Amino acid sequence: MDNPVLAAFNTTFTTVARGIQAVPGSAIVLDYIKNSYQNDPFRVVLELGLAIYAVKYMLSKKYRIDQSNVQLTEKEIDELVAEWQPEPLVQPLSDIQRMELEKTQVIVGAQGPKPKLLSTGKNLLNFASANYLGYITNEDIKKTAIETLHKYGVGSCGPPGFYGTLDVHIELEKDIARHLGTESAIIYAQGFSTISSVISAFSKRGDIIVADEGSNFAILKGTQISRSIVKWFKHNDMNDLERVLESIRVESLANKKRPLTRRFIVTEGLFQNYGDIAPLDKIVELKNKYKYRLILDESNSFGVLGKNGRGLTEVFNISPKDVDMIVGSMANTLSAAGGFCAGPKEVVDHQRLSGQAFVFSASIPAMLAVCASEAIKILTSPQGEKLLKDLHDNATTFSNVILSAPQSIELSAAAGSPILHLRIPQTALATAKILTRDDEKLLLQEIVDEVATKDGLLITRAKYVEHQELHLPRPSIRISICATHTKKEVEKAAQGIKTAFGKALSRRK
Amino acid sequence: MGKGSRSAVASSPVSLKATPLSSQHHAKFQEGLSVKEPKEKLYWKGFFSSFKNRALFKTSYDDIMEEPPYFYLITTYLSYIILSFFGHLRDFYGFRWNKKAYAHLMPSNGYAALTSDWDSFWTRNLKMRIDDCFSVPTTLVPGRTINMMERITNDYCRSFQFTGKLKEAVNLSSYNYLGFAQSTGPCADAVEEVVHTYGMSSCGSRLEAGSLDLHTKVEELVAEFMGKESALVVSMGYATNSTTIAGLASKGSLIISDELNHNSLVFGSRLSGAYIRVFKHNDVADLEAVLRDAISQGQPRTHRPWKKILLIVEGLYSMEGSIVKLPEIIELKKKYKFHLYVDEAHSVGAIGPRGRGVCDYYGVDPKDVDILMGTFTKSFGAAGGYICASKEVIDHLRLVNHSSVYGESMSPIVLQQVYTSMWSIMGRDGTTAGQERLSRLAWNARYLGSNLRKMGFIIYGDRDSPVIPLLLFNPAKIPAFSRECRKRDLAVVVVGFPATSIVASRARFCVSASHTKEDLDFVLRVVSEVGDILGLKMSSRKALEMGMKV
Repeated sequence: MDNPVLAAFNTTFTTVARGIQAVPGSAIVLDYIKNSYQNDPFRVVLELGLAIYAVKYMLSKKYRIDQSNVQLTEKEIDELVAEWQPEPLVQPLSDIQRMELEKTQVIVGAQGPKPKLLSTGKNLLNFASANYLGYITNEDIKKTAIETLHKYGVGSCGPPGFYGTLDVHIELEKDIARHLGTESAIIYAQGFSTISSVISAFSKRGDIIVADEGSNFAILKGTQISRSIVKWFKHNDMNDLERVLESIRVESLANKKRPLTRRFIVTEGLFQNYGDIAPLDKIVELKNKYKYRLILDESNSFGVLGKNGRGLTEVFNISPKDVDMIVGSMANTLSAAGGFCAGPKEVVDHQRLSGQAFVFSASIPAMLAVCASEAIKILTSPQGEKLLKDLHDNATTFSNVILSAPQSIELSAAAGSPILHLRIPQTALATAKILTRDDEKLLLQEIVDEVATKDGLLITRAKYVEHQELHLPRPSIRISICATHTKKEVEKAAQGIKTAFGKALSRRK
Repeated sequence: MGKGSRSAVASSPVSLKATPLSSQHHAKFQEGLSVKEPKEKLYWKGFFSSFKNRALFKTSYDDIMEEPPYFYLITTYLSYIILSFFGHLRDFYGFRWNKKAYAHLMPSNGYAALTSDWDSFWTRNLKMRIDDCFSVPTTLVPGRTINMMERITNDYCRSFQFTGKLKEAVNLSSYNYLGFAQSTGPCADAVEEVVHTYGMSSCGSRLEAGSLDLHTKVEELVAEFMGKESALVVSMGYATNSTTIAGLASKGSLIISDELNHNSLVFGSRLSGAYIRVFKHNDVADLEAVLRDAISQGQPRTHRPWKKILLIVEGLYSMEGSIVKLPEIIELKKKYKFHLYVDEAHSVGAIGPRGRGVCDYYGVDPKDVDILMGTFTKSFGAAGGYICASKEVIDHLRLVNHSSVYGESMSPIVLQQVYTSMWSIMGRDGTTAGQERLSRLAWNARYLGSNLRKMGFIIYGDRDSPVIPLLLFNPAKIPAFSRECRKRDLAVVVVGFPATSIVASRARFCVSASHTKEDLDFVLRVVSEVGDILGLKMSSRKALEMGMKV
């Protein structure tokens, strides 16, 4: 025992052992180790190996997912940084974009049936605004708004989840649900942002959305943000819808292992880009057959279609319970602001935590909420019924005139729809040698300018963020009918527009 | 209606119910409040000179986020383990024997579950049980005080019934930084006028005959206020971000985003199709590392150079109270040539000696920031948001911002509220009323923040921030803090997981210019008392704070 190495080892061992013993509770651990490792060297080696691996794993650097990175020295990086020339934040405007910007109408003073234009100082008869029922000039609504102002101020200064839920918001939600006949409703602060939030609140990665190609831009963005699988069917083509649904069914039968995913059909009540309406009866039939949930965007049809403006469900006499989510806007017919989603309680409650534009945004100003409530009240009154009737009469009057000139105007609108799209027929385009989209837009703009100076009409082309659209509609002039215009005014306006189309085309021949 | 139905800045103080505090405690409490409220009306001149002396408070991010003692950390994790254990237990039995309540979470009749049970696990098992602390229904002006509608529940917060009574409380919950949420005064008068002359809406998108001369007028004023060439207003604050970013970046571009950026920025970035990278909250060193890596490596897999890089940060982070390190970022911008987008939703009007946001606060030229975005919901008591940039950029955005092309335009009443409040902040109304609001807010923010720190609470954020987060940590303290404060006539916002990280549950105070010193003393008294009950005074820096002069 006079080996100095062994002696040194022994001293170290004793010191370490004493040190370990000094730690409270170490006796138990040591006992455990002694008992469990008796006569089992294999287990000792295995567990020691595991322990070493665990320590190594904890100490190792986080690995990168992107394995294709090139190793560069600091100097090389500095050189690359100095060399890199980014593009400017935005590209300079093209000629057509500049025209677009310059031709944007600006109104001086109040919007209404006869607003005054900044550029000419003239009052024009309005066929451009979504003021379908003439609510914007309603004095009762204004009076209520002022009363609200003196109680609530303007802003709500908070998101609904904290202290931004006002009693008037709760009232408005009840009013909407009652009007539509759904269990409950939720209001958002902007109409446009509503449906994209609704879609992404329910449809997640791996879920399936089947949507109409003619749907508006907000629906398109909603399907994009949801990261779901999106299939498009031809605009209002029920056979194509059934084909898509059937192909998905066959596909999922072949792949039985995949769990059941949520499936949605998304379409619009009254199409913003086409002025026609979705065949709701057929869609409900298909959705029930293939077990899909239906998200219906009634932004334009709410307050416009049906005897009391309840939208598509009233037109087709279908129970609102057959539509899972009815999304609408309070900025169009109701002349207030914001959007809503109506449906069963669990659908609405889920959005209170998962509807992104609801959760993360301040609630809508009390004054605008009260305006919407007031506007809904009028809808259900005899006055509202008359306004709706006038609206459809005016729309029919207008479309009858336009339909008399099929060679120069292609009309896209359902019968009685207050949204009408006027396009140049394909044949006329060919004879007038209009080949590009830009040329077509310029021609339509000529018509817009001409009816403004000659007939005193305010109309507008339908505008799009073209490079971000998926199914870009052909250029058109979108006409919005107002219930408070007289029949004579509407007839004269339609005649004026008809003549302008004819003239513009003949100039190009 | 309840008492004080029109609470404006000048209205009578709320009944500050005598809270049971011993006189000795009270004397000690007063002693702690070493900040003297300036006497002269224009005390802001002297006060703001202290901004130059920020070196004292220039703290690193780690310093701003103080870690709690281990005891609180461990008990917090333990609480969540217990809560999730019971949650799973409830779910286990619920799915089997209470099918009716769980119907929407289960596939039925060939339909998949409406929402996945995992997504709503925390909602059902945690938030639901303390739902009385959220979505508190209120009425009247969210000003100096707020009127909560009293409600009761008989089924553990599944449903509420209103008692019809109102409860008025000092309001630390609304984003009413400058106190412009008012139902009387110059703003309300101007808005009333506009209802008559312009109506409530312009009925259409900006590009489709929905533009009013009032829009142009407000846009010009906003551009001038922010020190930029041009401005664009959008009818919703959230949409200002979510519908704009796609017009600035696209496939082939890189968006670098602070990890704590607001959901609207995330939403907008995702819609743009650009590649997104994230850097650590307000950490300039990490940002530089990300930039160097991104520029030198180029696009993933192809290694092509990025078309452009857009850095998106917020001016003032509303959950953390931290102010962006703008001067450092602008230094980086010069070297790395990225475009800079600053979201000033909370900072505009709320910080800076002239209320112009972070650029004003640091004395940075607004031209060094490409895009200044902000909202009118907070400081201006209105709604919606704006984008300020060069004329070239704004002209482009007018044509590609989704809200301008498809969405509703801003309502005339909102435009007028913005115009009149901004006019007042700029001092154009010939008074110093706006400037007084700014200095009142700055003083209030420091007074409340520094005194809470002195009491030993863990407070996050910058010392000039009007948003003051007070850390609660343990999940059970979330409802307890909210309820105890409301019981004592104080309305506060509480947030927990998943809105914050799992340990960092907090209460958030939003100071307003409409608060008087008496209000804040009342707040301090209540919070101190509740803090004692809940054991929240856990900061290790109390002694340091006590010695610090403000």
